[in-house]
Amino acid sequence: MKPAQFEYHYALNVERACELLASLEDAKVLAGGQSLMPLLNFRLARPAHLVDINPMGHHVARIYERDGGVAVQALARQAEVEDSELVARVCPLLSAAVRLVAHRVIRNRGTVCGSLAHADPASELPAVLLALGGHVIARSARGDRQIEAGDFFRGVFETALAPDELLLEAWFPAFSGKFAVLEESRRHGDFALAGVVRADDRLALFGVAPTPVLADPEDPARGLEPSGDLEATPEFRLHLVGVLARKAMSA
Amino acid sequence: MKVNKVFDEVTCEHRRLLSDYLRHDRGLTGTHVGCEHGVCGCCTVLFDGKPVRSCLILAWQGVGHEITTIEGIAPPGGPLHPVQQAFHECHALQCGFCTPGFVMAVIGLLKQYPNPTDEQIEEGIAGNLCRCTGYASIRRAVRRAAELSAK
Amino acid sequence: MTTRWFGERVQRAEDDRLLRGKGRFTDDIDDGALESVLVRSPYAHARIRSIDVSAARNLDGVVAVYTAQDLPFGGTDLPILIPHPNLTHGRTQKCLASERVRYAGEAVAFVVAETRAIAEDAAELVEVDYDQLPVVITPEVAARAEHLVHDDVPGNVAAEMTQEKGDVEAALKAAPRRKHLRFRYERGAASPMEGRAVWSRWSSEERKLTVYDSTQSPTSIRGGLAVLFGLPESQVDVIAPDVGGGFGPKIMLFYPDELLVPYAAMQLGRPVKWTEDRQEHFTAVNQERGQVHEVEVGFDDEGRVLALDDDFIHDGGAYTPYGIILPIITAGQLPGPYRVPNYRVRFRDVYTNATPTSPYRGAGRPHACFVMERTLDAIAAELGLDRAEVRRRNLIQPDEFPYDVGVGWQDGNTVIYDSGDYPKLLETAIATLGPKPAGDRVGMGLGMYVEGTGVGPYEGAHVQVLVSGKVVAATGIPSQGQAHATVWAQVVADELGVDVRDVEITSGDTRRFPWGVGTFASRGAVTAGNAMHVAARMVAEKAKKIAADHLEADAADLELAGGAVRVKGSPQRGIPLAAVAVLSNPVRYAFGGGTEVATQFTPKARPGPPLADGEEPGLEATGYFSPAGSAWASGCHAAWLRVDPTTFRLEILKYVVVHDCGKVINPLVVEGQIEGGVAQGIGGAFYERLAYDPDGQLRNASFMEFLMPYATEIPRIEIEHIETPSPLNPLGVKGVGEAGVIPVGAVIASGIEDALGIAINEMPLSPLKLYELSTSASTSTSTR
Repeated sequence: MKPAQFEYHYALNVERACELLASLEDAKVLAGGQSLMPLLNFRLARPAHLVDINPMGHHVARIYERDGGVAVQALARQAEVEDSELVARVCPLLSAAVRLVAHRVIRNRGTVCGSLAHADPASELPAVLLALGGHVIARSARGDRQIEAGDFFRGVFETALAPDELLLEAWFPAFSGKFAVLEESRRHGDFALAGVVRADDRLALFGVAPTPVLADPEDPARGLEPSGDLEATPEFRLHLVGVLARKAMSA
Repeated sequence: MKVNKVFDEVTCEHRRLLSDYLRHDRGLTGTHVGCEHGVCGCCTVLFDGKPVRSCLILAWQGVGHEITTIEGIAPPGGPLHPVQQAFHECHALQCGFCTPGFVMAVIGLLKQYPNPTDEQIEEGIAGNLCRCTGYASIRRAVRRAAELSAK
Repeated sequence: MTTRWFGERVQRAEDDRLLRGKGRFTDDIDDGALESVLVRSPYAHARIRSIDVSAARNLDGVVAVYTAQDLPFGGTDLPILIPHPNLTHGRTQKCLASERVRYAGEAVAFVVAETRAIAEDAAELVEVDYDQLPVVITPEVAARAEHLVHDDVPGNVAAEMTQEKGDVEAALKAAPRRKHLRFRYERGAASPMEGRAVWSRWSSEERKLTVYDSTQSPTSIRGGLAVLFGLPESQVDVIAPDVGGGFGPKIMLFYPDELLVPYAAMQLGRPVKWTEDRQEHFTAVNQERGQVHEVEVGFDDEGRVLALDDDFIHDGGAYTPYGIILPIITAGQLPGPYRVPNYRVRFRDVYTNATPTSPYRGAGRPHACFVMERTLDAIAAELGLDRAEVRRRNLIQPDEFPYDVGVGWQDGNTVIYDSGDYPKLLETAIATLGPKPAGDRVGMGLGMYVEGTGVGPYEGAHVQVLVSGKVVAATGIPSQGQAHATVWAQVVADELGVDVRDVEITSGDTRRFPWGVGTFASRGAVTAGNAMHVAARMVAEKAKKIAADHLEADAADLELAGGAVRVKGSPQRGIPLAAVAVLSNPVRYAFGGGTEVATQFTPKARPGPPLADGEEPGLEATGYFSPAGSAWASGCHAAWLRVDPTTFRLEILKYVVVHDCGKVINPLVVEGQIEGGVAQGIGGAFYERLAYDPDGQLRNASFMEFLMPYATEIPRIEIEHIETPSPLNPLGVKGVGEAGVIPVGAVIASGIEDALGIAINEMPLSPLKLYELSTSASTSTSTR
């Protein structure tokens, strides 16, 4: 379980990262690496190039208030978002959700933007972005692009990011309404068999479709065709969606 | 890269994992490798003071950073670190393979919560697998470590 | 005052090193070793048309690539470790497969390179042309024998065995009530945190082979390698250094790497190392537990079992390197602590295209216990009786020991329980469990078990008092975390009257003790523990004899205490043990230790040579212990648990263990063994399973999907000890290593059945499984 060969590049600033992404064939951005590195170790991912953005350090690690919401930059670690007083004040839903991501030791390294860019259908944060109607900023040598949550997640591990784009920042609108983030996972910290994010009357589901999806709180399972795996059949997932949605809406 | 306050250059292959670099290039074999996909926690080290999985970081990513391994938390031959001491007193290790990872994670936990609640202890050690102890003694050890650290 | 260490909560001697990161596990050993990787079959069943290693050999950094034809032992079948007359069709794999592979993960080629990463690169370049064959997965499919795993094994049956006590047919016919039940237990995996690893060096100057191996049996590895490589055993050293958990699969030998690494080291003239990664561990390391049981039970209206007829299929996997010890244990232990006057058990050990099986903590017992306990619960349900009451009525009573179960045991004798108090276990468990907690869908789980521990044939120990007064002792069996260095020290310190901290133990190093069997089957404390006791006592006798000469006292009047040999009743009259060690050697050395003190004692003049017939120099002895039979540990687990009726999440509200492992050497260690065992049991009951698809692919070969519990999944466990000493060994101990895990599946099943009111006849469970069982139960109720 050692990674296959790749070329390692480190980017000291955003411009350099974009330059590398624009010029390299088959490059992957390495941020927290908590999803990418296992794939490399299993040799399930074998990109020709890795562009490590960690050397950019604090320049792109800010968590700050912007446009009535909270912006989380590319290198802000999940643990920092978890501990952020600003996030707790402006968007407590995000604070609650990030605590459900894996374990603290993972969150010390893993990034919020990385979770979004990785777009695991069973992951919490994409559903949070969707439920709140947030957006991401993609940066490339061509310039900045704002992508709304609803347009960003395209499929299993697929996003609207172009190969030359870096997910520079995620923006979560301020939210002080009723919320709940509920999930069923086999063990504490595991990916969810099914999960729901409620923000007032908006309900986003995760783990039950190729991407996070918005659902009708009255009939959350309508139109869903979840996949099955070892721990959950499609029927069980639909059952759990119903159970979790009911709990979330009555919370 | 600075490991346990000792500086050395990184010359290994780009694909070398930090865990392998520490073990095989620096001879710090106290950091163990249990799964190489970030689940077991055996390879946990402090990266600029915070516990992380060294199997999910490339050695080269450690350049310019400060790494602390299990060998670096207590002076050789000197008294054990409070967390180590608590693990000893509470029989919180059997085969000892997962132990360094647990100790590093608990150091992180106690930095975050010097007086952790039961729930915080539970969550704090929940990212590390132990196949021997059934965790009961590890929970006790975390409580004891908090006591010892407060002294 | 004499301090007795036996029974004390002595803190562990091995901790300091392990806590400082100074443990020495096999992969920690380097010394410029080349690294290696095994190329493994991706298919569960295939014919090999060709293997082309040329591209791999040409890769930079690759030192050697071996296939079967490159090995002098390439055509040899690996050994069957424990042959048995009923194993009529035993089959083992070759070190490297060249014609046929029978499980995904079977080794085909071996690559040695400068680094593991390069070796993995090269492994990808090894081209194997496979011709896929039909795959046989699950015991049921194997028994149907539509396809064969081995062409020359009819019906896929490796072994078949039927045993009977009493007259089951007649008793079933006469029984007022009968019930037919079917139980299924899926495969599980031990998953120690350290995978397997082997490191080896050949010294051509000394003609010496050194092997570090994460094995549970270094002495056996040494014996096998010596034969294979034509070396005297004295030229082969095998050391099991710190081993990161074993739990059974590391007792299996030989795994291919255990031959390949030493062979390559000899061929290449450089140390070679192989360290398994987690992914390959899932398919390359032996597994266990897969069984399907068909039970017919006859009982009376009071719930007493009159006859039990069990017919089961054991999933042996692709080969039978370990013989048929697993189904034999299941058959022997199935009746558990209960009187079963008429008992018949038949098993078939069948081949499947899955990883071979050999013991995993519990070894045949968790499934046996599950079958018996579920059967008793079914009887209770049918009669509307309390489940504890049904057990009470069937338990063997304390005055019935020794109790002969009447079927065969793994040591070749019949199963004979030596001692125990089963009713007390049950009553203590019920009392400790206490009243039902409030809440919806709360159920009680209950399970009892016996465990034949401490099987022979023997273990040995060497104990020596150094002239410093310190004591060193060694045994052949290695430790994988069981605190051998602490508990043996307690046993030795008691006999020699020294401080436990003055005893240093070495285990699992053939350089220090070359004979022995291994650490498995909850046998360490019984076999090696008693061997330590025997050897230490021999040293004590010797010390008394030497001291008697110098103190002008009768050896019978002497005692060892406070680090000295002294006259009972007048402790000021004595000789420090260090001095006795000096005196034990007619040739004196000048340096320190007990030497100076020893000069104060002039040996009494005696006729004859200085070393008389039968005397040996040195204050040391080698002793052995060979048990006459197994020491039978026993226990009762009880739990309150809750199942969320909407998510089917399991919550264990209270878990009680009452156990009897005879005399307890160190409660700290015993409790640790039990807590760890229960945690593994909970993992195996509700989280972990090995999910093979019909193509023989393991679908969850990672820790992301093979769900070993974290702390958050394991409840607090309350433990009560009961001690009924074993009459079969001087220390009165029984093994405890496996006890914790055995009844957990039965307990969880029983509790969930009670909570949800649905029949549970299989293991493991999961929220999905409970959802499906509940859904089908409610569907079938509504259509009724």
